Amino acid sequence: MTSMVPAGDFRTSYRADTTIFPTRGSRLAMLAGLILLCAAPAVFGRYELGLLITIGFSAIAALGLNILVGFTGQISIGHAAFFGFGAFSSALLVEHHVPVPLAIWGAGLMTAVVGLVFGAPAARLKGLYLAIATLAAQFILEDFFARARWFSGGVAGRVTEPYELFGLRFDREETYFYIVLAHVVVLFAAAANLMRTRDGRALIAVRDHYLSAEVMGINLAYYRTLSFGIASFYAGIGGALYAHYLLFVSVEAFNILYSIQFLAMIIIGGLGSIMGSMMGAAFMVLLPEVVQAGADLLAGGAIDRALRLGASISFLREMAIGAVIILFLVFEPDGLAHRWKMIKAYWKLYPFSH
Amino acid sequence: MDAPLLFQLVLNGLIVGALYGVVAMSFVLIYKASQVVNFAQGEFLLVGAWVCWWLLTAWQLPFWAGFLVTLAFMTIFGVLLQVIVLRPLIGEPVISVIMATVGLSIFFQALMKWMFGVFAQPFPPIFTADRMRVLGLEVQTVYLASLVVSALIMLGFWWFFTYSKHGLAMRATAFDQQVAQSLGVSVPRVFAMSWAISAVVSAVAGVVVGVVNGVSSALSFYGIKVFPAVILGGLDSVVGAVLGGLIVGVLENVAQYVDAEWLNWGNMYQIAPFYALILILLIKPYGLFGTRNIERV
Repeated sequence: MTSMVPAGDFRTSYRADTTIFPTRGSRLAMLAGLILLCAAPAVFGRYELGLLITIGFSAIAALGLNILVGFTGQISIGHAAFFGFGAFSSALLVEHHVPVPLAIWGAGLMTAVVGLVFGAPAARLKGLYLAIATLAAQFILEDFFARARWFSGGVAGRVTEPYELFGLRFDREETYFYIVLAHVVVLFAAAANLMRTRDGRALIAVRDHYLSAEVMGINLAYYRTLSFGIASFYAGIGGALYAHYLLFVSVEAFNILYSIQFLAMIIIGGLGSIMGSMMGAAFMVLLPEVVQAGADLLAGGAIDRALRLGASISFLREMAIGAVIILFLVFEPDGLAHRWKMIKAYWKLYPFSH
Repeated sequence: MDAPLLFQLVLNGLIVGALYGVVAMSFVLIYKASQVVNFAQGEFLLVGAWVCWWLLTAWQLPFWAGFLVTLAFMTIFGVLLQVIVLRPLIGEPVISVIMATVGLSIFFQALMKWMFGVFAQPFPPIFTADRMRVLGLEVQTVYLASLVVSALIMLGFWWFFTYSKHGLAMRATAFDQQVAQSLGVSVPRVFAMSWAISAVVSAVAGVVVGVVNGVSSALSFYGIKVFPAVILGGLDSVVGAVLGGLIVGVLENVAQYVDAEWLNWGNMYQIAPFYALILILLIKPYGLFGTRNIERV
C-alpha cells in the first residue's frame, strides 16, 4: 500500500515515524469524533443505537482478525467460533458469580488460551493449509458448543446477566452503548500501540517475508502462535460484549457464514489497517439494512411480486455479502481505508492532484 | 459387534467416498492447473443438480437431454467464473483468491435458495427397476449407478491426463507455467478449461447425489467434505484425491458406527473427518501423495 505522505515531509526520529497521530489536527479530529459519538444516545433511537453497538463489538472482533490476517498474514476461517467461545465463556463466568466487567476480560483470556491451542498448528502451517485447519476448527468448536451442555447450555443456549458496574445497570441501548464504546477505544488504542512495538513490527515482518524475518532472528513459531492468541483475545472480548448485549447466547449464531462476514469486514475495510477494521465492520453491519431498505422500496411493485423479494430477504442479504466480497477483491483490493486516504489526499492536493 | 451392519456401513462409505473422490479430483484439477483453492466446489454440485432438476421438472425434458444441457451449461458457467472473477485476481495473495471463492460460494448458495427454495426436492424417477441383484446382493439401482458413474469419471480423468493433448498441456502448465507457455501452451485457455472440466465433473456428481438423496442446499457441504479428502491425499495429487475421498467416506461411516456402539457423543458422522484433518495437518501436512514443498533462500 502506498503511503500518502506529501513530498518533503521527512521524519527525523523513529518516534516521529511511529506516532499514531501524525499531526495535531488528526488528534483533535479523533477527539472530536469521540465526543460526537458520546452524544449519540441523545440523538439516535434505540434501533440505531443497537446498530452502533453491533458495529462496536463486531469491530473489536474484526480488529483481532485483522491483526492475524492483515498484519501477520495468517488466514483464519474460524473466527466466529472464537467469537462464540468468548460469548459462552463470559456467560459461564457470570453464572459462577464473576462480576460482568471482569467476566468480559476473563472471557477474552479464556478464548485466547483456546486460540493458542488451535494456533499451535499455525506454528507449522501457513497459507491455505492454515485456512483449511481453521475451517476444521470452526466445525469442531461449533460441534463442541452444541454438545457441551455444561459450557454452552447445549442446543437450548444460555441466558446471561446485563452489565453492572458500581451498582449501575447498563441494560438499555442508551447506556450499554457507552460500555461498548469504552471497550472499543481501549482495544483499538492497544492495537495501534502494539503495532509500534518490537512485537508488532515482528508480526509485520513475518507477513512480508517470513524467511527474511527468520533470518533476522524473529522466532516464527512464537510470533505466529502469539498472533493467533491476540486475535482470539479480541474475538473473545467482542463475543462477551455481544453476550451481555443480547443477554442470550445460542450456538446457531456462530456458524461459518459469520466467520466469513468477519473476513469480509477486514477485506472491505482494508487488510493491515486498524481504522479499516472499524470501517469494514460498519459496512458489513449496515449492508443488510441497505438491502432491506432496497427491498422495502420495491415492496408491492411488479418486481417484488415476480422475484418474491420480501419473503427471501435473508437470501438476498447473503447474496449481497458474497457479491460485496468479490467486488471489493476485484475492484478495491486495498479496502475502504485506502479509498479514504485517497479522498483525503485528493482534497489536500486540490486542485493540483496530478 | 454387528458384522453385517459394519459391512453395510463400509459399503455405504465406499459409495459415498467414490463421490467424494470425484469431487476431490475436480478440486485438485483446479488447484494443480491454476493454484486456486476453490471453496466454491460444493456450489458446482449444487448449481448442476438444481439446473438438471429444473430442466427435468419444469421443462419435462427426458433425462439424457436434460443431463446433456446441464453439462453444456456447466461448461460455460465454469469458464465464465474463471474469466470474470478469478482472472483479475491472478498474482494477488493467497488470501484474496481464497476469499473470492468463498464469496462465490456464499453468493451461489443464497442464489439457489432464492430461486429454488430451501426444501429438498426429489428427482423424477430415472430407473425403471428400483433394485437389482448383483453377485447375490440386493443393491439399490441408484447406488450402483453412482458407483459406475464415479468409476467412469475416474477412468476418463486417467485417459485425459495420460493420452489427450489438452490433458498433457494441463499437466505441463501445472508443472511449470513459464516453460509450458514458452512451449506454446496457452495458459489462460488451460485455466479456463480446468474450471470448465471441474464444474462439469462436479455437476455430474451433484446430479448423482441429487438422484439418490434429492436436491437441497446440503449438496454444498460436499465442497467442504472435500478438504479432509484432499489434505489426506495431498493437495496436488489426483490419485491421492480419489483415495482420500474413499477413506473419508469409510471413515465417517465407521466413526458413526463406533459412536453409536460405544461413545454416544452424537454427530460423529459430520465431525470425525475434521478431527482427522487436524491430525493429518499436524503429522503429515503434505498428505499421502502430495509434493513436499522445499524452500531455499
